[in-house]
Amino acid sequence: MKRFYLWGVLLALLAPFALLAGPAVTGEVERQATNYTAITMFLVFVAGTLGITYWAAKRTRSAKDFYTAGGGITGFQNGLAIAGDYMSAASFLGISGLVFASGYDGLIYSIGFLVGWPVIMFLIAEQIRNLGKFTFADVSSYRFGQTQIRTMAAISSLVVVAFYLIAQMVGAGKLIQLLFGLDYWMAVVAVGALMMVYVIFGGMTATTWVQIIKAVLLLSGATFMAVVALSTFGFSPEEMFRQAVEAHPKALAIMSPGSLVTDPVNAISLGLALMFGTAGLPHILMRFFTVPDAKEARKSVFYATGFIGYFYILTFIIGFAAIVLLSQHPEFFKPEALAADGSVIKDQLVKGIDGGTNMVAIRLAEAVGGNLFLGFISAVAFATILAVVAGLTLAGASAISHDLYASVIARGRSNETTEIRISKIATFSLGLLAIVLGIVFESQNVAFMVGLAFAIAASANFPVLITSIFWGKMTTNGALVGGVVGLISAVVLTILSKAVWGDVLGHVGPDGKPVGLIALNNPAIISMPLAFFFIWIVSLLDRSEQAKREHRRRGRGGSLRSGLKRAKSDRFGLALDGKRAGRGLWHVPLGHSKEMRFRPWDLA
Amino acid sequence: MQQDSVDAIKAHPRYQELVCSRKCFAWNLTVIMLVIYYGFIMIIAFAPSLLGTPIAEGAVTTVGMPVGVAIIISAFVLTGIYVAKANSRFDALTKAIREDLQ
Repeated sequence: MKRFYLWGVLLALLAPFALLAGPAVTGEVERQATNYTAITMFLVFVAGTLGITYWAAKRTRSAKDFYTAGGGITGFQNGLAIAGDYMSAASFLGISGLVFASGYDGLIYSIGFLVGWPVIMFLIAEQIRNLGKFTFADVSSYRFGQTQIRTMAAISSLVVVAFYLIAQMVGAGKLIQLLFGLDYWMAVVAVGALMMVYVIFGGMTATTWVQIIKAVLLLSGATFMAVVALSTFGFSPEEMFRQAVEAHPKALAIMSPGSLVTDPVNAISLGLALMFGTAGLPHILMRFFTVPDAKEARKSVFYATGFIGYFYILTFIIGFAAIVLLSQHPEFFKPEALAADGSVIKDQLVKGIDGGTNMVAIRLAEAVGGNLFLGFISAVAFATILAVVAGLTLAGASAISHDLYASVIARGRSNETTEIRISKIATFSLGLLAIVLGIVFESQNVAFMVGLAFAIAASANFPVLITSIFWGKMTTNGALVGGVVGLISAVVLTILSKAVWGDVLGHVGPDGKPVGLIALNNPAIISMPLAFFFIWIVSLLDRSEQAKREHRRRGRGGSLRSGLKRAKSDRFGLALDGKRAGRGLWHVPLGHSKEMRFRPWDLA
Repeated sequence: MQQDSVDAIKAHPRYQELVCSRKCFAWNLTVIMLVIYYGFIMIIAFAPSLLGTPIAEGAVTTVGMPVGVAIIISAFVLTGIYVAKANSRFDALTKAIREDLQ
């Protein structure tokens, strides 16, 4: 039994989008009465962001404007935008719900999501900023066969974006149905259409500002909730914990690590996916190009880490306070959870909450701030989904227009106007696809998809990116094989896991509960080392002509040698030819010049 | 950028200092973060009761609470240390090398 409980918790939270695993996804949503306060507030938000999009559209002319907001975002603003990408509606609702249900375990997840940031900062943020131009594939492919590596990087980016997007769209539809009382399809179409307008007309500038506004709204809303909730305990965490232990059916167990801990392998695998997946998410990596230089890129990670950490502490307080405060509000519970005298039965606290534990933060908003604040938080949750979806779509469109079209198909001979046009067409197509997939997957269990997106990012994108920056002996074939093995093994292992094999494909064990073929919930602990291993072994054994050329160049002088040195100095932002480090140097020849094949570590 | 300027960068003594110190610094901080996080995961995996001990006699708050918050703060502080050093010392070195060579 405990084992299955563990499965349940891990499944629900493989992803930050725990809400997707709850009743909000399984089709048990009861449509709520139309909430006009929430709709009005949301319309105000939409009007404001459309105004920003209009302003941004006038400033978006070049490809650089479209993909990177012209590089004109400050470190502080970008920190807020990165934090915004991370603080999805689901991590807000899902983590506070998890804290409500199991206490301390919620904090373990929050920490896993956060600790990837310092590592990104120390190892890759500046390198990406200095070596790349618009997408992280610029960095992965800069010294290899452009066609192969860019194609692979673009495809794995698109796969990550697709899974993430489907999960977001389905979550959005269910959440909006729940919060606003709109039909599912209307919610999905509204999200898809607004997101297309932001990205197509406003490009990265609009996408970033929508994200910044939402981050500020969400942080303010969550701060207000946490402060008001804490004030009812006289601002004493000890008092809050004491009352929570009294009110919670699990009593003292909510104060220490719970069911997550019985299985170290799954805990570590999840930790790997969370930590390194973050460093391979295309829509996050793209944000490093929106700041003017490496200095601002560093600052943005610093601010982002601060905002995200602060936000997770808030959700932790919200979850614990909700245990006490919601138990005093029988109107938030299903009738069967109430005793004869109308109070909440203690054992029913978690199971009996109306709308599931993902609604905990929303219910608490109503409890501490009344209907007006409920409307505000609902509108913020909608805005949050919209902003995250816009960022994802822009990253997907860039992979198509910048990596696949401009670099692989047109081989660097396309012009900027065509490239922007292609990216707008790509945005429109991705938006339509997202709407269609959102509707198709309405009644499917999509809880595994964000976990899979993180696992693919950690197993395909991250290993190729980090070895291309740090390991001199990698060859094109090594990068290609390693990346493909990471991608395929992550997908296959996820299909064999309980989340897909049991929950989606309907295989059940002897006791009638869904089972997987393998006892691993997140594939990262296998797929990530596999990717690194294949990069290493294939690069070492590579006897192809291309590899021989790449090996010969390592030890030879001439133009390549200077290329090597240049790459090294560029990682430090030292280019002396008047161009800013990295910019324009790598991108323009697009793989048809020896100048592209550098070995940055040769001088290390 | 021409061959001679590349060689000039390479030959510059402070360039070597920059490469070495930045690299060591970044990897040291990475290792610290990994040790903190995976140490925490290992305690959860193998000795969860450690985190479940009350912080004081009769208190409900457990050791795990301040530890968890401390890890969140440590992530923030480590990035802060890196930014402070990179934006002052490393950038100053870069600037000095660039000015020397121009």
